[in-house]
Amino acid sequence: MSKRIFVVAYGGDKRAVVNLAATHARREGAKLHIVHVLEWSPYSFLTPQELEERHARRKKEMARAEEAVMAPVLTELRASGVEAEGEILYGSAVELILQVAQEQDAALIFVGRGEASLGARVFGSISIGLAQAAPVPTVIVP
Amino acid sequence: MKTNNALIPALAAIAASAVAPAVARAQDAARTIDQIVNENVGAVTGPFVNFIFAPLPGTTFPWIVLWLVVGATVFTLYFGFIQFRAFGHAISLVRGDYSNPKDAGEVSHFQALATALSGTVGLGNIAGVAVAVSIGGPGATFWMILAGLMGMASKFTECTLGVKYRNEYPDGTVSGGPMYYISKGFTLQGRPMLGRFLAVMFAIFCILGSWGGGNMFQANQAHAQLVNITGGADSFLSGNGWITGLVLAGVVFVVIVGGIQSIARVTEKIVPFMAVLYVGAALIILGMNADKIGWAFGQIFAGAFTGLGVAGGMVGALIQGFKRAAFSNEAGVGSAAIAHSAVRTNEPITEGFVSLLEPFIDTVVICTMTALVIVITGVLIVDPATGLYAWSAEAGRIATVGDVSGVALTSAAFANVASWFPYVLALAVVLFAFSTMISWSYYGLKAWTYLFGESKIVELSFKILFCVFVVIGAAMELGPVIDFSDAAIFAMAVVNIIGLYFLMPIVKDELDSYLSRLKSGQIRKFAV
Repeated sequence: MSKRIFVVAYGGDKRAVVNLAATHARREGAKLHIVHVLEWSPYSFLTPQELEERHARRKKEMARAEEAVMAPVLTELRASGVEAEGEILYGSAVELILQVAQEQDAALIFVGRGEASLGARVFGSISIGLAQAAPVPTVIVP
Repeated sequence: MKTNNALIPALAAIAASAVAPAVARAQDAARTIDQIVNENVGAVTGPFVNFIFAPLPGTTFPWIVLWLVVGATVFTLYFGFIQFRAFGHAISLVRGDYSNPKDAGEVSHFQALATALSGTVGLGNIAGVAVAVSIGGPGATFWMILAGLMGMASKFTECTLGVKYRNEYPDGTVSGGPMYYISKGFTLQGRPMLGRFLAVMFAIFCILGSWGGGNMFQANQAHAQLVNITGGADSFLSGNGWITGLVLAGVVFVVIVGGIQSIARVTEKIVPFMAVLYVGAALIILGMNADKIGWAFGQIFAGAFTGLGVAGGMVGALIQGFKRAAFSNEAGVGSAAIAHSAVRTNEPITEGFVSLLEPFIDTVVICTMTALVIVITGVLIVDPATGLYAWSAEAGRIATVGDVSGVALTSAAFANVASWFPYVLALAVVLFAFSTMISWSYYGLKAWTYLFGESKIVELSFKILFCVFVVIGAAMELGPVIDFSDAAIFAMAVVNIIGLYFLMPIVKDELDSYLSRLKSGQIRKFAV
């Protein structure tokens, strides 16, 4: 039987969610699938100048996310003996994490909880979105 | 103490007497600045304007209007009424049904369309239509809609080529537009010299167009509406266009030179909202006058073929309709190809499909709204004796309530129903003007760097000139500004359409290949 997979929604700043997921993965011999989402809407408005630079910007943003967010986490996890993979995606975080969880046939989702800002209270947050719609048990890490 | 008490009023009196003439002098100077700008720019642009709008020998029909009509007709027939066949597919593309999720984060079809639209939905839709209807009568609307529908095919052709022959640089940025597709496409067809010549001509006209229609006309009409809501002739702004000009130029400067894209982004967000608000307000007015809609369309159809007392008759209506449609949706002009070329797609033709929605939204929907409101609210004066429109020979147009034209006429029409609406319109006008200026500053810049090379100094020199023209545009009378805007933009169309005639077989191959793959299922929607 192949390893169970835990999907980890990692925003890039709070390591607590990754650490907790790693603890559980080690205990259960599961594999971690780290997802880092760059918020993006295909319906946002851009100036002509931004249109022109979009492809170049995207390359830079991807490289920065890979270098500053994904690579350090993966290196650390692998060094500590946890099998881990990573994915950087553009779009709406909740939608994409749900999609990845489905694709990976995940057993658990780990997600961090951000500051409860006014915006988050009104429009909801990634953790609330996942709590409402996740198809598998979801751990919300403060 | 006593001396002091006496001194203060004395000093005040001296100060007042010193300031009052200074204020008066400043106002005199301001008036003369406006007049000087008017006379000088009018004198320089006159011959160019006269050439572009020269009538066909023995008629009053400007050759340039025929040029656009023939172009749009040729593309419509050559591509087998593509604007109707591909309409549904275009909407599907904009919705992202055919976009690969792996490409998220790249420029989407929707974004390219929205940005191109914010460049075209501008004062042409509000002021230009009022000009067309007041000179050409309601019948001009019929020809405007027809021109909008046909123009969809021109837009389709140029935007497909814009994506196909864009330049992609190692750092990932792209530059596209007629100057690139004409020079590259012609080189491939074995006509490098002709291609280079036409591309340079296009770039020159594009720079002029960006100063004219994309800039001066916008500043001018934004100023006109601001004067209108701050008290008309008594307004402190009246005759002081340079004030509006300086403020607008300052904001444009901050965005295009200072790189403060956030201001532009805010505008880009407000513009679609304003467009919805504008169309919404128009719909409410039409709803309140629902009983007159049939009559208004009757006027439009009757006027299209008879003129209803308009001096030029049917031909006058047709010329005005086609002119204003071209100026509003820019189909065949080539400007939109510059904005559309940044989209991320493996199929250039898809951007062509998407772009054909642009003249539809701009002209067939928004311009028609303006025209209907003007006709229905009765701001065009009808001679009760004959039932025809009362022609004001002095103004060269139909007599209007309040004797106004341009944006002020649209404003009067809307004010008929809601007295506060001119304020909303003023906001819409300023924002439309601003977003159109930002778009055109980019089009002009691309043409400028095509000619002079890409460097910081070259870019900065264009941007500063652009801001100077904002001030000039706001200070000029409507006549010389509107003529120069038209002339520069139509000159772009002359070169661009020649290019499109040569390159349209390439688009045809792309179209046939794409449609056959779409039919066979090789190209299909991505599962959501």
